[in-house]
Amino acid sequence: MVSCKTVLRELSNYIDGDLEPGLRAEIEKHPRWHRRCSVLADSTRKMLYIVGDEHVFEIPEGYSERLHHFLEQEMGRAEM
Amino acid sequence: MASYPIPPASDPEVDRDEAALIERVRRGEKELFHELIRPYERGLYLTTYAILRNPADAEEAVQECLLKAFAHIDQLRSDGKFKGWLLLIAINEARMRRRKGHQSLFESLDGESNAEEANMFKPRQFADWRDVPSEIVEKKDVRVAVRKALETLPQKYREVFVLRDMQGLSVGETARILEISAPAVKTQLHRARLQMREQLAPLFGKSWAERLPFFKGKKTW
Repeated sequence: MVSCKTVLRELSNYIDGDLEPGLRAEIEKHPRWHRRCSVLADSTRKMLYIVGDEHVFEIPEGYSERLHHFLEQEMGRAEM
Repeated sequence: MASYPIPPASDPEVDRDEAALIERVRRGEKELFHELIRPYERGLYLTTYAILRNPADAEEAVQECLLKAFAHIDQLRSDGKFKGWLLLIAINEARMRRRKGHQSLFESLDGESNAEEANMFKPRQFADWRDVPSEIVEKKDVRVAVRKALETLPQKYREVFVLRDMQGLSVGETARILEISAPAVKTQLHRARLQMREQLAPLFGKSWAERLPFFKGKKTW
């Protein structure tokens, strides 16, 4: 059975599906008897779910308008 | 271990013929450049902000990035990924501005101690996270918490985290853009994720019912 240290070390690889099947199976057995590691894995996934939505990051008001106005003005001068 | 769906990164190329749009811009339909870059505006800002940590500087960096992209769109290989190309220009622009602003001195000292901490990292926050309603990302305090958590990451972790987990690039694309190895991306990403989780755990460990008005008086699980 893998240790908590191994679970912690391999957590990202586990979440990304980047582990060889044997180690993956061992890790999947581990949290059955250790709640803290299970919580760690679950909450890391949920954190990734939240930050994966780019709307979680606030954009300054008027950013898009300013950007396109700038491009409108400057693209005419730029040579492709 | 409970599974939780990690949404695939949105891929505007699936929904529109981006290659055709690029070709039309190349042929002189300049106004289409606005349409071409619109799906990436938010991500570019996030990326430059992750490096510069100043809204005005981040915004200027995006403007310059897109102007350069427009001027050099002929250099984009036809089989190249437009999003990755834009992010590469954005990263370079932001890094250049950061060097000019002498932020790196403070950042490196800051980052060093954080990196040392990361090597000895042990998670402390074990509050259980229940279901995550999609509305949560719209909450002001959640947005602020995510921004603050991101800002606490050492620079190199932040860049990897933003490209990989917020922009949805692959490990390979992230490595190529940041000019580091794939194993380095994985190592830094792992540390970034653990630190982000740790920073956000106190916020999300509380009952959603306390944060979402429409859940008041009702258990969410």
